[in-house]
Amino acid sequence: MALFYSFFKSLVGKDVVVELKNDLSICGTLHSVDQYLNIKLTDISVTDPEKYPHMLSVKNCFIRGSVVRYVQLPADEVDTQLLQDAARKEALQQKQ
Amino acid sequence: MNYMPGTASLIEDIDKKHLVLLRDGRTLIGFLRSIDQFANLVLHQTVERIHVGRKYGDIPRGIFVVRGENVVLLGEIDLEKESDTPLQQVSIEEILEEQRVEQQARLEAERLKTQALKDRGLSIPRADTLDEY
Repeated sequence: MALFYSFFKSLVGKDVVVELKNDLSICGTLHSVDQYLNIKLTDISVTDPEKYPHMLSVKNCFIRGSVVRYVQLPADEVDTQLLQDAARKEALQQKQ
Repeated sequence: MNYMPGTASLIEDIDKKHLVLLRDGRTLIGFLRSIDQFANLVLHQTVERIHVGRKYGDIPRGIFVVRGENVVLLGEIDLEKESDTPLQQVSIEEILEEQRVEQQARLEAERLKTQALKDRGLSIPRADTLDEY
């Protein structure tokens, strides 16, 4: 399961949108990620209508991995072939 | 100085002012004093901020120990941005009243909705607490 950790590490520096389980969506630059897939974003902005005013004075944030629903990525940043191959290898290793 | 470059760590956030969003919808603001691998937090000089519309009110809460599983996000407060906020701070009594009114309006709308569905023979189960895996 270090697969997605490695995957996210390769995306550090890219702009992503993180959708949380509480329906909040946050756009920002991926600063770092850890083994729990906790995410740190910099230069954040709340994408959906600012019905979440409390985030106005926050520029950087730490998001607990357990509350993430989706991480939206730019399509051209992801090599899906590579990802597929890596996933197949991982599945093979897990079987053994 | 990050001891493990590339990893998300809260170690550099210690002693800075933070906004913490909890799973129950509450917003806490305080100085981060302690952390661990579960994202358990110790907040100092904590204030619970209640937002209703463009108004907000702060309730002083002292020292908080927050269990990591309740943390949604932790945001570092930019002190410059904090001073030019378009939001209006009001007294605790006023914000609690606003919150009560908003809560009542929401419950009423919910009640009407469930009634309308019931009249059509439908019932949607409530999505309660978040799934825990």
